[in-house]
Amino acid sequence: MSSHPDSESSGASTALPIHIQGLTKKYGQMFALDSVDLEVKSGEFLTLLGPSGSGKTTLLMAIAGFNRPDAGSIRFGETEVILTPPHQRNVGMVFQSYALFPHMSVAENIAFPLKLRGIAAAETAQRVEAALTTVQLDGLGDRDIEQLSGGQRQRVALARAFVFRPRILLMDEPLSALDKKLREQMQIELKHLHEQLGVTTVYVTHDQREALTMSDRIVVINHGKLTQIDTPHNIYNHPANAFVADFIGESTMLPLEHDGSGKLFFQDHLVETDFKTDAARNWSLVIRPERLFMADKKAVDSEKAIVFSGVVRDFVFQGETAFALMSINDKYDLAFRFGTDSSSSQNILQAGDQVSLGLNRSDVIIIPQGDDS
Amino acid sequence: MNWLKKPASDTQLTHGDRLWLYFVATIIMLLLVIPTFIVIPMSFSESQYLEFPPEHWSARWYNVYFESSKWMRATVTSVQVGVLTMLVATPMGVMAAYALFVSGHRAARAIFAFLITPMIVPVILIAIGAFYAYGRVGLNNTITGLVLAHAVLATPLVMIVITSALRNYDLNQERVARSLGATRLKAFFVITLPQIKFSIVTSALLAFLTSFDEVIIAIFVSGGVNATLTKHMFSSLRDFIDPTIAAISTIMILVSTTLLLATQFIGSRQK
Repeated sequence: MSSHPDSESSGASTALPIHIQGLTKKYGQMFALDSVDLEVKSGEFLTLLGPSGSGKTTLLMAIAGFNRPDAGSIRFGETEVILTPPHQRNVGMVFQSYALFPHMSVAENIAFPLKLRGIAAAETAQRVEAALTTVQLDGLGDRDIEQLSGGQRQRVALARAFVFRPRILLMDEPLSALDKKLREQMQIELKHLHEQLGVTTVYVTHDQREALTMSDRIVVINHGKLTQIDTPHNIYNHPANAFVADFIGESTMLPLEHDGSGKLFFQDHLVETDFKTDAARNWSLVIRPERLFMADKKAVDSEKAIVFSGVVRDFVFQGETAFALMSINDKYDLAFRFGTDSSSSQNILQAGDQVSLGLNRSDVIIIPQGDDS
Repeated sequence: MNWLKKPASDTQLTHGDRLWLYFVATIIMLLLVIPTFIVIPMSFSESQYLEFPPEHWSARWYNVYFESSKWMRATVTSVQVGVLTMLVATPMGVMAAYALFVSGHRAARAIFAFLITPMIVPVILIAIGAFYAYGRVGLNNTITGLVLAHAVLATPLVMIVITSALRNYDLNQERVARSLGATRLKAFFVITLPQIKFSIVTSALLAFLTSFDEVIIAIFVSGGVNATLTKHMFSSLRDFIDPTIAAISTIMILVSTTLLLATQFIGSRQK
């Protein structure tokens, strides 16, 4: 732990990249991590996103040093850390339960990592003050943990994790115990804090909206394998497979047929004219509900958009948007969403109405069927 | 009698409706404690023999107890064995409970069950076993032998108290401490230990009481100058019955209840 950089320079110069290769962890017969390769760039905010049991927490704990992988390598910068115990890895960590020490005051909690590093009392006090200011808790250092609200506890946990200037920050669903409003506010604050500290951050969540809000890049993980690694924009607009398309955002998937000459059809709708594919695979059309628009069948240029017709089966008002299901030939349900502003004539739909929905060809997403890419 | 019409709980029942329950509960509680407390008036009797209720009152049997070197020696032995048992069983029980609680190993449950068997096995079996085993290694009639045998009984109690304390404790605190730079040992001593200290004190008091109140093992493996108070009481009852026993019993009840109340009080402080 003596190796930590103690320079005053904040920001990207103290951040470290993480290189993970072939990381494997088995619990009995089940692979929690199945030969995972991952490069976390220096100073990046990377989110591990997946359902429970996907392996995202196992991966985070392996980086922190709390579980020992069966095989593979984890390097912080150039240093191999797979055999380094947690207390020598010099990573800040925030847990879902905050794990604040209830027998210490707020300031004592934050000073804990500094004391362990033998930093002098005067500097410790000054750094604790600075950390409290960063998380907007000025003057609350003397409080007991029990006197704090959930949001305040979250901030103390954060301050404690970065006060010793670790080069890597790990967070395990740190916001999931907060209510929705506070959670959304903290997401923005965390993003700003990350920009301010410039520290390499690995964040675990099962909340896809949180991942989209905060991350530079998102790693979608399922059954111990990394399914897709990309920016939030690309993950949403170009999901690699059905699992990603389904897990992130809302979507309807419609089966496609190819005629062998590069044309893909959904029923009699021509979806794609020049698609390179091996014939053995089946493909699906992914439609994001908010990308559909009410269309007048004759007025739409079929070069630019595909128009689906059907009957409204369900209609729900949800505040900022309304959600509906349109049944196509009683066989497929197409989900769609639209705004609820007063000028919108669409919010007078009723079940049983005949409607046409347009999808711009630029919004067409085609993915292979099945969960593996 | 307004009180009878008030609701007794979150249900629709009033205290009046519950009156029968209060009555039954009181009877049961009295049946549980009266046999114990009957010795208290008996100990203040003038008579040469145990009698209830006493015809004349006096504290003479307390004087007999405090002036008898035999009884004083036994008392010292009992306290000595109790304290040593506490010192052996508490750290062992805490360590075992912590290790088995933290370990994710599938054998942990089995080992825990194995370690608490002394609570289930009839004590007389442990006493007989200890007697013959000690005979081989010369531990009969020694303080060491008695302490070891009592620690076998007390350790499971410590383990159960500590395990339940750990269940209410967020082990992520130790993980955080380690990520912040503390070794595993330091994380335990600086973070975990201060938060389960009341449970440790409680379990230590229970360990002392287990030994202090124990008679069966003491009959088998203690004797001579190292005979415990309980063993002497038992032999006295067999040979001749005099109210000194009642006086000693009263003192033991006082010690035990005080310690138990202390554990309750400590427990309530640890939210």
